[in-house]
Formats: sequence, structure tokens, C-alpha cells
Amino acid sequence: MRADRERRGRELLAKYPRAQSALVPFLQFCQQQDGYVTREAIEDAAGLVGITPGQVESIASFYSLLFQHPVGTHVIQVCRTLSCMLRGSDELQRHIKARLGVGQMETTPDGMFTYEEVECLAACDRAPCLQHNLEYEYDVTPAKFDELLERWRASKPAAPLAAE
Amino acid sequence: MPYEPVITKGIGQLDLTDVDVYRSEGGFEALERALTAMTPEHVVNEISASNLRGRGGAGFPTGRKWGFLPKDGRPRYLVCNCDEAEPGTFKDRMLLSATPFQLIEGMVLSAYAINAAKIFLYIRGEFLDGSRVFRRSLATAYERGFVGQRILGSHYSVDIAIHRGAGAYICGEETAMLESIEGKRGEPRLKPPFPAIAGLYGMPTVVNNVETLCYVPHIINRGATWFASIGPQRSPGPKIMSVSGHIQRPGNYEVPLGISAGELIELAGGLFPNRTLKAIQPGGGSSAAIFPEDLDTGIDFDSLAAKKTMLGSGGFVVMDDTTCMVRAALTLARFFETESCGQCTPCREGGQWVARLMRRLEAGEGSAPDIRVLETINQTITGTNLCPLGDSIMPFLGSVLRRYPQEFADHVAAARCPVGANAGVAVA
Repeated sequence: MRADRERRGRELLAKYPRAQSALVPFLQFCQQQDGYVTREAIEDAAGLVGITPGQVESIASFYSLLFQHPVGTHVIQVCRTLSCMLRGSDELQRHIKARLGVGQMETTPDGMFTYEEVECLAACDRAPCLQHNLEYEYDVTPAKFDELLERWRASKPAAPLAAE
Repeated sequence: MPYEPVITKGIGQLDLTDVDVYRSEGGFEALERALTAMTPEHVVNEISASNLRGRGGAGFPTGRKWGFLPKDGRPRYLVCNCDEAEPGTFKDRMLLSATPFQLIEGMVLSAYAINAAKIFLYIRGEFLDGSRVFRRSLATAYERGFVGQRILGSHYSVDIAIHRGAGAYICGEETAMLESIEGKRGEPRLKPPFPAIAGLYGMPTVVNNVETLCYVPHIINRGATWFASIGPQRSPGPKIMSVSGHIQRPGNYEVPLGISAGELIELAGGLFPNRTLKAIQPGGGSSAAIFPEDLDTGIDFDSLAAKKTMLGSGGFVVMDDTTCMVRAALTLARFFETESCGQCTPCREGGQWVARLMRRLEAGEGSAPDIRVLETINQTITGTNLCPLGDSIMPFLGSVLRRYPQEFADHVAAARCPVGANAGVAVA
């Protein structure tokens, strides 16, 4: 295991009464490094907490923020639930899909943007909302999205779905 | 009419993420008083007497929940539920990042009351910003002695561990949350045993919502009588209502329970000009709708239960006459289809059936028998699952189907959406 992973793993094990509690936080750390949950991360995690790689996969696949496949540099997650739907999320979704030329959970061919429609993000007072690498954007109109897109293109986020 | 803010006091005006600002507003006085002058039993009794009911959704009396813990010497855990994901609810996210020290004080005070060995704060994975703010505040609280070893010089010590979720609505269900903290798939447990007997790591555990715990210091400061005197006797106290949808000033409103639905709408600026009310979902995505004729209904646990709906999490979503009820119901059906953990067949398969039927209806491809299935499927889905998620699939859909049956029938007859505003909306 890489030294920094091993160090993080030990820190996490010390935090919990039982080893397996460290599993998801450890995978979050690995995903921050690699962009998704790699085979290596699964095997490292299995070794760390003492379960099989198959069990790790079963658990990791339960959680929507742990990616089983590579994603884009920028992950755009648009809320589609009731309050956002009532304030224009359908139109926003159509706009973004047309702008990026991608569908649900697809990544642009240049590997820059992954698009996902997600459920309620708990920002219903500023609907429609989205998250860009887990940072909130509020009251997003199609025009505002175009501005954001230019800003994102010019930026270099550290990790697609940053851990803290 | 303005109401006295309690746990939202200062939010938007003061920087309550600064511990000294929080202190100058009376912060940590309740914790200090409890640790120096009150026994844990005394704190539990005060909370029981206040009749504080859980603000996460179920509305269970907090003091009674605490009282269920067996006195058998095993370590006890307090788990604070900040996995807010109920559609239309956005209060805990605000409390976490706008007033983190209040949450810390509430958690430590409650942990003292139940003599918890450790506190776990489960923060929804999507709340990256909030968890950053909270982590900084927690470090300050440790430095100042409000948490950790021998808190404020007393004999009580407790640590707070932050556990971040990784994307799963179901982990807001308390036993799913415990599974999740244990590093497993977030699948709800069969109850009994209840968490009070065998919870986290098999130990006696209390799971309380963020908002619930934020009220605890105020009840200790101002007394159970003060809290119990606000709102209806069986459903007392203030509560944050998250108001969104077709409303002029969406936001979090802390109101005394018992105010009417109409008053809450007025408080949030009313409807948009030239619109009329069509439906309200008063207590999150799992609650049945109320309608224009119900505007006098009290916003509290018992009044809403009498209307066959619930206060739930306080997510109050307003829908005006431009809303297609089929489209609204489809949105929520798809939510539950997506979020079912898959353990119980009625929820997993039933949720998919309902969403599929709704997609068909909304696309103008539905039939009259489809509507009859929707009218009766409730009997097989509701009450047949391990946890309340399965029971949440039908309440809203059933209520709007009963109130606006013609709108469903019109989708079949016209082979498209007749409401107009949402006509032709393609749905994934």
C-alpha cells in the first residue's frame, strides 16, 4: 500500500471501535487521489479492515458518491427532485445535456465533464441547484450555467469529488 | 407576524461560527450549568417535561427515547443524524454550517444526559462545505474545553467523531445509519431490538436529529415549562419549517408549532401574483399532500396526523395551479424508486412499478387500468417493509390521485399532459 494511504488507514482505524467503520472513509480518501474507487483501492481497503475485496465492492457499490468507474475532472450533479422541478430543473437539465452532449452518468469525450441527475440536495430555497465537485451553485438558470461552464473550463479542481 | 427565533437566532446577522460570538449570545451557558449543577437524570427529566418531540421526521418524544437505555453498564453511544435528504428539507444543513457550536453544545449536553461514551455525528456526504465548517468549529471547541477530556473542568469526558456519508438517502433511517457507521451497506435492521438496547456496535444507542439536539441547550437554559408553553400541548415548541416551491420568499422559518398552513405561506411571502394554490406537501417527500381547503390546518404533529399526513421533517413544498400533479407525483415516485435500498420486495419492486406506471401516464401512454393499479397498490406496498421508506412511496401519490382524479384521467384521455406548463416534458 502507498505510504500516505497506509498512514490514513491507520488514523481511521484508531478513530473507531471496529475496523470496518474505517472502510468508507478510507475509500473516500482513495477516490480523492485517483478520481474513482480503483481495483487497487478495493484491495487496499479489504486488507485494511479485514474483509474480502468482493465484500468491499458490495459495500462501495451501495453509495452513490463512491464511483466505480472513472469520472470527469468536473462532476456536475443537478437536483431533479420536487422543489427544483417546480423551479425549472427540467429545463436546466435539458440545457446542460444539450450543451455537453451527454446523458445521465456520462462523461464528455475529452474527459472534462461528467453529468448526473441526483436527488434532493437540501438547498430547495435556492432552486434549481446543482453541485460541482460537491460545491453548491444556487438559482441556476441556463444562462447562469453557461457562465459557470466557462469558469469551470478555466479552472483546475484538485479532485473530482473532494474529500475534506 | 414575527415569531421569536430560538435555534435560528442570529443566523444571517451574526457570525455564529466564531466561538466568541456564540458565547456572547449565551452559548455554552446551558452546558456549564448542566455540568456543574445538574445530574444527568435531572437533564433527562427536564427534556421529558418539555415534551420535545424529535425534529427529524418521526416525532418521537426525546426524553422517552433517552429513558429506554438499559442501565447495564455497557458503553452507550449518541449518534447525531445530519444525513438530511428528505425532499424539501434544508434546515439541518443550515444549522450545521451556520451555528455549529450550538450543535456541539446540544450534542455534548445530551451525551452527558445519557452518559454516552462517544458521540458520532453522521454528516451527509454531499455536505462538503458544512462538514468543513463543522470540523473547524469542533477543533476550536476542543481547544476551549467544551468537548474532550474533563469538559469545562467537570468529571465528564466525551469525544465527537465525524462520520461522513457517501450518498444514500436511506442512511437517514436510524438503523441504516448505524449499519453505515459500522462500514456496511446502509440497509435498515429488523426491529426489535431497538437501538436503545442494541444499537451501534451492539451497544445501547440513541439517534437524535440535528434540530432536536439544537433545542436541548435552550430547554435547559429557559426551562421545560417555557418550551412546553409554546404551541399545542402535545406537540409543543418552535420548529423550523423549510418552505420551498411556488412561493415568493422560500427559506427556513422557525415558527411555533400550531400555526396554520395559511399563516406559514403568508410568512414566506405568499404565492406568486395571479396564481392559486393547488397542493402543499407539508412534511417532506414522504408526506401526503394537503390542499387549498386545508389552509386552516395546524402545522404540528397531531393536527397534520388528523389530516392523514404528517409534520415529518418540516419540508413544506408549495405547488400552485401551474403544477401538473402527475408530474409532481412522478418526481417523487422516481425518488423512492432510486433510493430504495432493495432489501424488501414490496419497496424495491413496488417502487419500480409505481415509477414505471407514472412515467407511462406522464408520457401520455397510460391506460385506465394503470390508474386502478395506482389506486390499489397501496395495500401491498405500505406496512410490508422493514423501514418507513416503503411506506413513503404512496402517501403523496395517493393523496393527489384522490383529490385530482380528473387530472390523471385526462392524461390517459388526451394521451399527453393536459396541464400545459409541463406538457411534453421528457422524463428519463
